[in-house]
Amino acid sequence: DICLIRSSGTHSSTGGSTLLGYIGIDTIIEQMRKKTMKTGFDFNIMVVGHSGLGKSTLVNTLFKSQVSRRSAGWARDEKIPKTVEIKSVSHVIEEGGVKMKLTLVDTPGFGDQINNDNCWEPISKFINEQYEKFLKEEVNITRKKRIPDTRVHCCLYFISPTGHSLRQLDIEFMKRLSHSVNIIPIIAKADTMTTEERQEFKQRVRKELEMSGIEFYPQKEFDDDMEDKSDNDKIREAMPFAVVGSDKEYQVNGKRVLGRKTAWGVVEVENPNHCEFAQLRDFLIRSHLQDLKEVTHNIHYETYRAKRLNENGGLHPISSSDTQESNL
Amino acid sequence: MNSVIYHICTWWLVTVSTGEGARAVPLAGHVGFDSMPDQLVNKSVNHGFCFNILCVGETGLGKSTLMDTLFNTKFEGEPTQHNQPGVTLKSNTYELQESNVRLKLTVVNTVGFGDQINKEDSYKSIVEFIDAQFEAYLQEELKIKRTLHSYHDTRIHACLYFIAPTGHSLKSLDLVTMKKLDSKVNIIPIIAKSDAISKSELAKFKIKITSELVSNGVQIYQFPTDDESVAEINSTMNSHLPFAVVGSTEEVKIGNKMVKARQYPWGTVQVENENHCDFVKLREMLIRVNMEDLREQTHTRHYELYRRCKLEEMGFKDTDPDSKPFSLQETYEAKRNEFMGELQKKEEEMRQMFVQRVKEKEAELKEAEKELHEKFDRLKKLHQDEKKKLEEKKKTLDDELNMFKQKKTAAELLQNQAQQAGGSTTLKRDKERKKNKEHMCTWILLLL
Repeated sequence: DICLIRSSGTHSSTGGSTLLGYIGIDTIIEQMRKKTMKTGFDFNIMVVGHSGLGKSTLVNTLFKSQVSRRSAGWARDEKIPKTVEIKSVSHVIEEGGVKMKLTLVDTPGFGDQINNDNCWEPISKFINEQYEKFLKEEVNITRKKRIPDTRVHCCLYFISPTGHSLRQLDIEFMKRLSHSVNIIPIIAKADTMTTEERQEFKQRVRKELEMSGIEFYPQKEFDDDMEDKSDNDKIREAMPFAVVGSDKEYQVNGKRVLGRKTAWGVVEVENPNHCEFAQLRDFLIRSHLQDLKEVTHNIHYETYRAKRLNENGGLHPISSSDTQESNL
Repeated sequence: MNSVIYHICTWWLVTVSTGEGARAVPLAGHVGFDSMPDQLVNKSVNHGFCFNILCVGETGLGKSTLMDTLFNTKFEGEPTQHNQPGVTLKSNTYELQESNVRLKLTVVNTVGFGDQINKEDSYKSIVEFIDAQFEAYLQEELKIKRTLHSYHDTRIHACLYFIAPTGHSLKSLDLVTMKKLDSKVNIIPIIAKSDAISKSELAKFKIKITSELVSNGVQIYQFPTDDESVAEINSTMNSHLPFAVVGSTEEVKIGNKMVKARQYPWGTVQVENENHCDFVKLREMLIRVNMEDLREQTHTRHYELYRRCKLEEMGFKDTDPDSKPFSLQETYEAKRNEFMGELQKKEEEMRQMFVQRVKEKEAELKEAEKELHEKFDRLKKLHQDEKKKLEEKKKTLDDELNMFKQKKTAAELLQNQAQQAGGSTTLKRDKERKKNKEHMCTWILLLL
């Protein structure tokens, strides 16, 4: 319990002295944990990709519940919308005493038209609208104790497993939105590729992302310290994760596993040899969930706010008292 | 069957407790977001924590000693004198670490509180200080490009108000000050140097203080009772307020342990003995149970109140939700322009003044130069006059010298002539003298 104390201030004393005996400062961790568990968490995740890539299934697999009602069977009968729609649904899930309000933002119609020009615009608009909502609440005189957070914390971008390279639309979308939201690209329906094909595809995709200057999450520039950097470097090296989703269970070697049954075997979703779902889940939920929120709040939101406040700086009302000032 | 019941129960529990209109769904397995609190806490730990305590109380009530005792260390400085002309606030920041928690602790002391004859304005500097910290945070929050998450929070999280152990009642200074501070900061009143009061007197004193606070409408900090895990202990502690504390950094051997205590001839007051004083209770409440709540209350209640008042003062209303970002920005711009205008005006003034001063100095220097010239001329003239005089004198002397020389030569000439003429006479005279001398010598010899 012997600890260091260094001092600085208006009347600085010389150097440090040693603390003897326990004070109890470290109890603040418990205090903080209790408080956060009481208030619960919000998390907003958006899925983008053309239809049929298994977006809903993947989210359901990630959160082990029916958070997305668009299961495979249901989507078959649905008409593909003419424009990109934004559909947001919230559910509350609880685990280990921790309550989370999970909001899933779906984007049906993205990439499904013949002419997909500007199909990212409704998505971009939606993201900015959430920032705007938050900003408005924040600048109120009387503010809510806890401003409702509808900002998109994470955007899962589904890459079609063509085996060749990224499509033009993929690059366009990610280029435009990587600066306003955390984008996590994933290779969908990875069970259509062999392990070697998958590796090659990944390398190509990563190279293309790099060449287009797309900074996906976790962005290099936001690494806090060396430890962060090394952890994140490993993750960046392994991205984009090639995943398979499923909400059906099968019996494999005496265990019940989530998987997809085919004539030649069962693709086990959580088996790291079969696909990288487990890695994605661990990365997204078990280690970086809070960080996604923080980057959204401290960086993307602040960027939006600064831009917004700056662009209205030139809008002075022209009045007699102001003419002198506007001449400055 | 069991799992169905379990799912239904979870669903029911969740919907009842959230009530936010979102449907609850059961989980079919372990997802892993229960690590969220850990993720959040880890980030906070990496970031470090801030805690700021303000100690208000008269000089000599043991404020510094109590801080030293609470945080188990010797903080700084010598005790202050009692002759301060006004109340100033002295703040010191320290970095403490315990296991993996780094705490930036700031202790602010009121220097000179209660020392003046006229104490009407004593509370003002305290209120100004607290407001200044809120203002600094507000300014940062209003900036366009801001770094709130790495901002060093200097807002006061807890105010320990030291009551003198008179045993009677609160002083009017105490009431006035606490009333002014209760809407700005979490006040925790404590009875200082409580070893001066006996147990029975202490109970009466506490009751008197509490009733005075209530009747004067002073809102002191209540330990929160909404969380079941701490509700019980907090409500018990609430009834023990104000805490009667004793501070000491000196150790005394009791039994076979060294404890912090104050040793008197009639006994030893042990700081950490709950029968002797409420120090342990204070430490428990302030640090080990409610530190986070104190920080939260400061941010969500006191700071919000300050912000609301300040913004309303600046002329904002919440009635027009559409133009909020605009008007804030506009006023900000307008204020900035106003400020720039003033700055320019001040600059002009200063420039004028500077030019003026330069001119004056220049004139002064010219004057001085003129004087110097005059002096120089005068001196020169003086010098010349002197020189002339001296020359005249020299001439006179020279003339005299010449005359003397002439006389001398004339005299010498005369002498030479005389000598030649009476050269023999001199010889004769010499012979005569010699003869006389001889005669004298013979006479002397004959006489002897």
